[in-house]
Amino acid sequence: MRRYAPALVCALCAFLLPPLLAATKTAYLLTQLTMSAYYVLASLGLCALMGYAGQISLGQAGFFAIGAYASSFLSTLNLTKLAASPIVRLLDLTGLLSRGSDLYGAPLLSLSPWLAFLAAILLAAAIAALIGTPVLRLKGHYLAMATLGFGLVIERIVRGSKILGGADGLSNVPPFTILPGLAVAGGRSARAANFAIAWIVLALGLLALVNLVSSRAGRALRALHDGEEAAGAMGVDTARYKLNVFIIGAVYAAIAGALLTHYNGSIGPGEANVMKSVRYVAIVAVGGMANLTGTLVAGLALNFLSLRGVFGRFDDAVFGLILIAVMLFAEDGQRLLRSSLGALTAARGRAGRRKGPQA
Amino acid sequence: MSILSLSGLSRSFGGLKAVDGVGFEAASLDITAVIGPNGAGKTTLFNLISGSLSPDSGTVLFDGSDITGMKPFKVARRGMARTFQAIKLSKRMTALENVMIGRHVRSRAGFLSGMLAAPWTRAEERSIREESMKAIELLGIAEYRDRETGGLPFGIQRSVELARALASEPKLLLLDEPASGLNLRETRLLAELIVAIRDRGVSILVVEHDMSLVMDISDQIVVLSFGRRIAQGRPREIQSNREVIDIYLGEEDA
Repeated sequence: MRRYAPALVCALCAFLLPPLLAATKTAYLLTQLTMSAYYVLASLGLCALMGYAGQISLGQAGFFAIGAYASSFLSTLNLTKLAASPIVRLLDLTGLLSRGSDLYGAPLLSLSPWLAFLAAILLAAAIAALIGTPVLRLKGHYLAMATLGFGLVIERIVRGSKILGGADGLSNVPPFTILPGLAVAGGRSARAANFAIAWIVLALGLLALVNLVSSRAGRALRALHDGEEAAGAMGVDTARYKLNVFIIGAVYAAIAGALLTHYNGSIGPGEANVMKSVRYVAIVAVGGMANLTGTLVAGLALNFLSLRGVFGRFDDAVFGLILIAVMLFAEDGQRLLRSSLGALTAARGRAGRRKGPQA
Repeated sequence: MSILSLSGLSRSFGGLKAVDGVGFEAASLDITAVIGPNGAGKTTLFNLISGSLSPDSGTVLFDGSDITGMKPFKVARRGMARTFQAIKLSKRMTALENVMIGRHVRSRAGFLSGMLAAPWTRAEERSIREESMKAIELLGIAEYRDRETGGLPFGIQRSVELARALASEPKLLLLDEPASGLNLRETRLLAELIVAIRDRGVSILVVEHDMSLVMDISDQIVVLSFGRRIAQGRPREIQSNREVIDIYLGEEDA
């Protein structure tokens, strides 16, 4: 099936690119390609929300940060002093704790990254539900402002909280062992495996959204994008559908944030910066809004270039400019593209009819 | 047996009583028309029935249950479908996809099963597609099914909207000025279609300005003027009703 091709290509790249890059002695690029995959995952979630359901969010970096901080906070929380408490002992008995040692060799007892990861996803989903319920009643600019406000609040919280490391963020985030022998972790030896993990996660995330947009729920989302009154009159609970896709977008961002943090081993408040939210929006816009493949390609390219430092000191400015350009030219550009495509298909249709009935 | 029963419905905007104590019954499997000059409160009444507006007072009974003030999506789930006076289609979706939205109330797959493309959703998708195609074929617009509706001619868009409503297999179909913007020939075809839909077992309530459409096909006509019901009866009774002629037909002739 053609719509699954991009996800399939991602999955193939997960295994084919590492040996290919190793052969050309450019395996160091895998690090940026891994990070790009996680950022793109957050953009894909936004693409479902913004591109398909038409609900803009300038708070995507907030959810990315919630996932990242929650997962790293919980997996770095030292429970050694509480080891005697019944709850901690119960967690230990059920295998939900992990042991390690800090830089100085002192024993560390903390929550297993699996538990931290799941808790982070649930937290992001819960906050999205809490914020989304009132905020999604707003439309257009008002929704943009409200989600921007949410993003600012999250950034202030992570930057201002001592337990979250303030401006330094959290470091020594432990590897996240997904399966025995397979961990989301930094380091050269784990580079190829982590690239594979990231791109498989990306492929799966893309696959789920490709399925979603062509499903009953996806049609309802696209319909409410074009008119909530008509969608409602056809029985679509528009408030619930908007909230659901908002939560899905938040969960995508949180998964991306949590995995990237375990990969990098640290997280800083910069990830919660509003400029990061602007990036996610810019990538979805460049990708063509209601276009998952476009978001994938634009996201991989722009994030990779940005992480390679191609944009230098103008990094954020580049994304801002892209956004301005897309907004200025989008409508005309898309109309032009659509009309030329329309003319093309009409011509093909006529040719087809001359030959006889089409299948 | 009445499919729709209104009693004492009122709704004001500021000081203006747009709908003022309107009540009538629409019999099951009848074509009921609500007519009246511009500003008579037809659209407000329509919105009170479909749930787009809440009444200040009065009740709406649909198929025996009270739906007064219920949100439109809930009303739709109970088997009421509507079209809009100003066409409301998803311009970037194809005609078929638009009609498939009509099957929303007749299907169940949610977000999770959609994302996972759960096996049981495939059978449901197939039935959504088949039933939507039936509605599309009934309206004779099969050749447009894969075209985005934004670029379709006005009359075809009207048909897509009607197909969407029909795809939901409603008990009651509400038509909001379906003849507006149609030429004489199209209006005649529409009249035939409305009768055909009724004969398939759908009760119909049509709000219309165009007398030529409703006089031929309606079983019952309700006449509104300045928010009040001034007459009700069979087309022939309405045609010979002095008050109606003065208020409505007189204005038309003038």
